[in-house]
Amino acid sequence: MFKSFLKPGIVGLRPTLMTSNTRGLMAAVRHQGTVVTKMTSEKEQNELLVSQRKVRPVSPHLTIYQPQLTWYLSSLHRVSGVFLALVFYSVTIGFGVSTVFGLGLSTENLAQFYNEKVPSWMDLTVKAGYGYLFAFHFGNGIRHLIWDAGKELTIKGVYRTGYAVLALTAIMGSYILTW
Amino acid sequence: MFNAIIKRGLATEAKAVAPRLKTFKIYRWSPDKPAEKPRLQEYQVDLNQCGPMVLDALIKIKNEQDATLTFRRSCREGICGSCAMNIGGRNTLACLCRIDQNENKQSKIYPLPHMYIVRDLVPDLTHFYKQYKSIQPYLQRSQVPEDGKENLQSIADRKKLDGLYECILCACCSTSCPSYWWNQEQYLGPAVLMQAYRWLIDSRDEAAGIRKQMLQNSMSLYRCHTIMNCTRTCPKGLNPGKAIAEIKKALAVD
Repeated sequence: MFKSFLKPGIVGLRPTLMTSNTRGLMAAVRHQGTVVTKMTSEKEQNELLVSQRKVRPVSPHLTIYQPQLTWYLSSLHRVSGVFLALVFYSVTIGFGVSTVFGLGLSTENLAQFYNEKVPSWMDLTVKAGYGYLFAFHFGNGIRHLIWDAGKELTIKGVYRTGYAVLALTAIMGSYILTW
Repeated sequence: MFNAIIKRGLATEAKAVAPRLKTFKIYRWSPDKPAEKPRLQEYQVDLNQCGPMVLDALIKIKNEQDATLTFRRSCREGICGSCAMNIGGRNTLACLCRIDQNENKQSKIYPLPHMYIVRDLVPDLTHFYKQYKSIQPYLQRSQVPEDGKENLQSIADRKKLDGLYECILCACCSTSCPSYWWNQEQYLGPAVLMQAYRWLIDSRDEAAGIRKQMLQNSMSLYRCHTIMNCTRTCPKGLNPGKAIAEIKKALAVD
């Protein structure tokens, strides 16, 4: 009868089901299988856990997540905000510093520099970049105000307002570009 | 006619069907070999021999090809939340996600994004559960009902809890949220915040003041920037984004 117990299948048997006799046999069998277990104290287990936790990886995120309108527009909002602020602050601070130290920066010579030195492809890039990003940031800002009022916060609402903002960006951005 | 009955009664040979092999690419990492970088391992599954859901394919792979493939699963019907993972780029429950029947397309399966990995598709949810515990997700009252039975509430008040109490805490929404990716040490994340709201608006609960006070700081709640990945990905069709917006409104007039 015990012969059948010696088959590998025995490993799955719960200890409560075993008699003391079979348990003695089990101890002999344990090392015959491919899986060899060894006794560890709680302290050793804890040390193993800590050493494993130190090297465990963080699962991939940004690079593997499906492109969705939700988070793509959100990151565009952030990026456009940072870009617009950078340009705005660098120009205004430039003017301030120029006034304090008398460097002679004025609207006239800035416009002159822009008209004479900046090539037309650069002019277009700057205007398009600023125009479209401003239009988007403006429109998406209104979208956020609608959300903050607790409205349009469904998947349908998010997509409807999202596409509306993109349409607004196309129209308003093109208008600014051809100004 | 007699012929037809005989024919139907006898076992007929099943037609040999050409296997429809689909490739699954699955994230692998084992703590036993920590120096090895996480990798994607390819498995081929015959869709004719496999159930319709991604979980069926995973179980089939584990049974027949590679017993070391590790993932959590339990109920196989979308009520336990164990098999939450990133399938085809979006977080969902493997048991509720149909296999794309196009064999030419590979299916990529990753664990929930930006979580510490215990092994393969098993993320460490310890911190997530601690955050849930921190919002005190239980009824708080100073008095018990006089008849010693139930805390009664009107039908309208009960209705407010619909769409909130159904959450199974699978962590799909929290781990889809970029804000939670970057700030999960302090930001509570959509799943936990929706439960915070669930207790906040429960007419039987008397701790609303303390509950609001706990959220009144820059990190716990306000790292939500209404990205709405949470609502987009929820496998139960719930709306954590809306719940968070409602908390913000409540705190604004607090």
